[in-house]
Amino acid sequence: MNLHAPLPPESAEAANPVVRLEGVGLRYGRAAEVLRDIDMSLAPGSFHFLTGASGAGKSSLLKMIYLAQRPSRGLVSLFGQDIATTPRRGLHALRRRIGVVFQEFRLLDHLSAFDNAALPLRIAKEAPEAYRADVAELLGWVGLGGRMHAMPPTLSGGEKQRLAIARAVVARPEIILADEPTGNVDPEMGARLMRLFIELNRLGTTVLIASHDQNLIARSGQPVLHLEGGRLREGV
Amino acid sequence: MVDAETFDAADWRPAPLLPARDGREKSLVLVVAVLSFLACLTVFVGVAADRAAGGWGRELKASATVQVRPSHGETPAESAARAAEALAAVPGVREARGLDKAEAEKLVEPWLGEGALPDDLPLPRLVAVELDPAAPATSEALTQALASAGVDASLDDHSRWLKEVERAGVVARTVAILACALTAACCAAVIAFATRQGLAARREVVEVLHLTGAEDSFVASLFQRRFAGLAFRSGLYGALAAALLAAAARLLGGEEGITPALPFAWIDLAAVLPCPLLAALTAAVSARRTAMSILGAEV
Ligand SMILES: Nc1ncnc2c1ncn2[C@@H]1O[C@H](COP(=O)(O)OP(=O)(O)OP(=O)(O)O)[C@@H](O)[C@H]1O
Ligand SMILES: [Mg+2]
Repeated sequence: MNLHAPLPPESAEAANPVVRLEGVGLRYGRAAEVLRDIDMSLAPGSFHFLTGASGAGKSSLLKMIYLAQRPSRGLVSLFGQDIATTPRRGLHALRRRIGVVFQEFRLLDHLSAFDNAALPLRIAKEAPEAYRADVAELLGWVGLGGRMHAMPPTLSGGEKQRLAIARAVVARPEIILADEPTGNVDPEMGARLMRLFIELNRLGTTVLIASHDQNLIARSGQPVLHLEGGRLREGV
Repeated sequence: MVDAETFDAADWRPAPLLPARDGREKSLVLVVAVLSFLACLTVFVGVAADRAAGGWGRELKASATVQVRPSHGETPAESAARAAEALAAVPGVREARGLDKAEAEKLVEPWLGEGALPDDLPLPRLVAVELDPAAPATSEALTQALASAGVDASLDDHSRWLKEVERAGVVARTVAILACALTAACCAAVIAFATRQGLAARREVVEVLHLTGAEDSFVASLFQRRFAGLAFRSGLYGALAAALLAAAARLLGGEEGITPALPFAWIDLAAVLPCPLLAALTAAVSARRTAMSILGAEV
């Protein structure tokens, strides 16, 4: 499993990873570094799992990639752009190219399931007529067809998770970062959601999924990044 | 809850991205409404004072008073009559009328009291000159006419009073404009404060919007619209209250309003019309500027 060259060398894209971290360290406040000397790059169209014990720093690593957290040191670059030198405006544009399934979902409680799912398209200033049928279809696909008007506080954990996934993928982002996206659903629904990620990956989306679920990881046969002691290891 | 059968995506309209207004906004509505009410009252008083000053100014401009000292061999009444005749012939004079003794006494009565004057006190005779408001005779022309007629008289063209009245008008206007500007500044400040609070209270929503790629201007416009709408409603309440109060004063006090110094016309009620819009505009600008500066300072 080679993270750095998952595509044939003659491909121009192989030299242009969509995500690149070099010598990245992260500490919260004055505590010791949670992540240290992280070097990684994700080629466009690649699919990886991110594993590690609870508290290993999986969510922290994802946060740096979806630009919710700045590294304490090192280089983070997205789509070839060094985020340290990207102006604030540019960061918004980068975020629109990334779909995130947050570990704690972060659904907007005052908006219906449908409005939550449509949020990225709205922020991208698309016309409602252009996307509402697609949003309805996607919600149906993740099994929320009967819950489109429901408010997030009335949804079960698994329903929230599926809604979070729908929101992450609805705008067809170039990268999908999912933090424990199948933690709250039964194995059958878990497999169905994995199929969604695999399908999107097949269409060219770069996917990185943080997960504990060894069964799921083994079955998918996709490469694994393992976090331990604040460092990143390839392979299981 | 509505189920799948009744959900039709074609009927879906995007819901407001900020949570519906909450109880905290009630006090904000009150503050902006009171500010709007005060601004409207200020405008009413300013307009009325301006009208009063204008009216007095016109009256003063269109009139002059001549004090006639009797010449030798003439009764005061004869001198006054001659002065009136000379003045009436000047172009730009509508009427020149000698006031008789009783009228002259009446004029000084407020200062000296009724019947306080001894009968033989030689009161100077006055000639009231009414000028053509369109083309009033100059004071030089009037003085010239009196001199040619050989009347010993002094002319008061009211220019001193006119200046005072005009200054009073300017002061009233300036104070009204200043008070309105201060009210607007106050409104802007309270909205800035509310925006700051709103951003803090909606931290999670704002963060999710940002992580989903929303620009600062997108987030700021949510608060801008929210507070512009709130200020518009509040401005409407304040303007309505002020208009009702003014209408009541007009009904009770007639054309003179509550005091002759502040004459009020029905048309003045129209002065409250721009209030809701101005309140909304002030709030929009303030909310946007505040939100943009707070968001821009984040990492
Ligand atoms: N905002 C924060 N402030 C301070 N410490 C934090 C913060 N977020 C995470 N940490 C710490 O950083 C470490 C890594 O946390 P992180 O959430 O990245 O782990 P994780 O691998 O996602 O764990 P889990 O599998 O339980 O989700 C933990 O020790 C956690 O306590
Ligand atoms: Mg985590």
